[in-house]
Amino acid sequence: MSGTTTVARKRITGKTLLETTSKETAGEYEAPRLAVPVTPERDHIEGAVKAALTLVEYGDYQCPYCGAAYPEVKKVQKKLGSELRFVFRNFPLTNIHEYAMNAAETAEAASAQGKFWPMHDFLYEHQPTLGNTSVALGYARKLGLDGQKFEREIAQHLYQKRIKDDFMGGVRSGVNGTPTFYVNGIRHDEDAVARALIEGLKQT
Amino acid sequence: MSLNDFRGQPVILAFYPADWSPVCTDQLSLYAMVMPEFKKFNAELLAISVDNIWSHLAFVKDRKLNFPVLADFEPKGGVSRKYGAYKERIGESARALFVIDDKGVIRWSHLSPDGINPGADGILSALENLNKAQTTEKS
Repeated sequence: MSGTTTVARKRITGKTLLETTSKETAGEYEAPRLAVPVTPERDHIEGAVKAALTLVEYGDYQCPYCGAAYPEVKKVQKKLGSELRFVFRNFPLTNIHEYAMNAAETAEAASAQGKFWPMHDFLYEHQPTLGNTSVALGYARKLGLDGQKFEREIAQHLYQKRIKDDFMGGVRSGVNGTPTFYVNGIRHDEDAVARALIEGLKQT
Repeated sequence: MSLNDFRGQPVILAFYPADWSPVCTDQLSLYAMVMPEFKKFNAELLAISVDNIWSHLAFVKDRKLNFPVLADFEPKGGVSRKYGAYKERIGESARALFVIDDKGVIRWSHLSPDGINPGADGILSALENLNKAQTTEKS
C-alpha cells in the first residue's frame, strides 16, 4: 500500500505462533477477498456494468494517498476502456480525517441527483478545499443540482448509514487502509499505481 | 497490567513492529475505528510494540487511539518472545494477532508477512467463532 509494501509476500495462514519460531516459509500468501459482491442496484459503477474486469476501491476523500491514486485509476480506465468497470465504496477514516465523512456525504447527496461521478472526481481534484463546504455546493449548483435538497440531505446525514455500511463491508473484506483496491475481487496488495493495477486486473 | 486482569472477557493482542508507520492509516488507526465492533463482543484490545512509553503516548495522542498501547521495552521484546512474535534480527515485534478467550486460552492467531497490514476481518471472524463456541457449550 502507498508504496511502502514492496516485499516478497508469503505467510502462513492459521499458523499457531507458539509452535513456530523462525521458519516462515511454508504456505503461499493468499490475499483477502471482497466480502460484499458488486451490486449494480447499490454500488457506484463507472464503465460497463457487465464488464469482464472489475476494480473496486475503498476510499476516503480526504486521504492524500487516495488523492494520489485518483489519477492512476483514470489511467487504468483509459487503458482498459470498456473491458473495465470501476466501483467506488466509502471508507472514511473519521478519526484522522475530520472532513472525510462530510465529503462522503457530499458525494452521496450528489448521487441522489444522479451526479455521483462528477462530484467524486471534483472532490479528489479539490482535496485542499474539503473544509469549505461552499466549494462543493457551488459545484453542485454548476452541475444543475437542486442546491437546497443537496445541502439539506448533507445536514441531515441522510446517507451516513450507507457510508457506514460501506465501511463495515470493507472491514470484513480486509480493507487495511486507504485506498484499498480489489482486482476482480481479490485485495491488491501491490502499489496503487496504474501499471500494477492493470497487471493485477489481467492476472486474476 | 496482566492478562488476568481481563479474565472473563475476550482479549485481542496486537503485536506490531513500530509506532509511526508512514502510511495513511496504519493498522492501529483502523482498529480505533473498528473498536465499536470489537466492543460488541465485549472484547478488549491491547496493542504491543517495543517502543518506549513516551513514543507510545505521543503516538496514541496523534492517532487518537482508544485502547491501551503497551511498551515491551524492558526487557526488550520479553512479552513478544513469549508469544513467538519477536524478530530477533531486527529487534521488533512481528505483526502478530492473538484472540484469547474469557478463560485466557489462545483461540486464534495470525502472523502477517512483513509490510502487510492484516486489517480487522480476521479478528472479527475469530470473535464470532468464539461466540458460537460459547453458545454451543452453554446449550
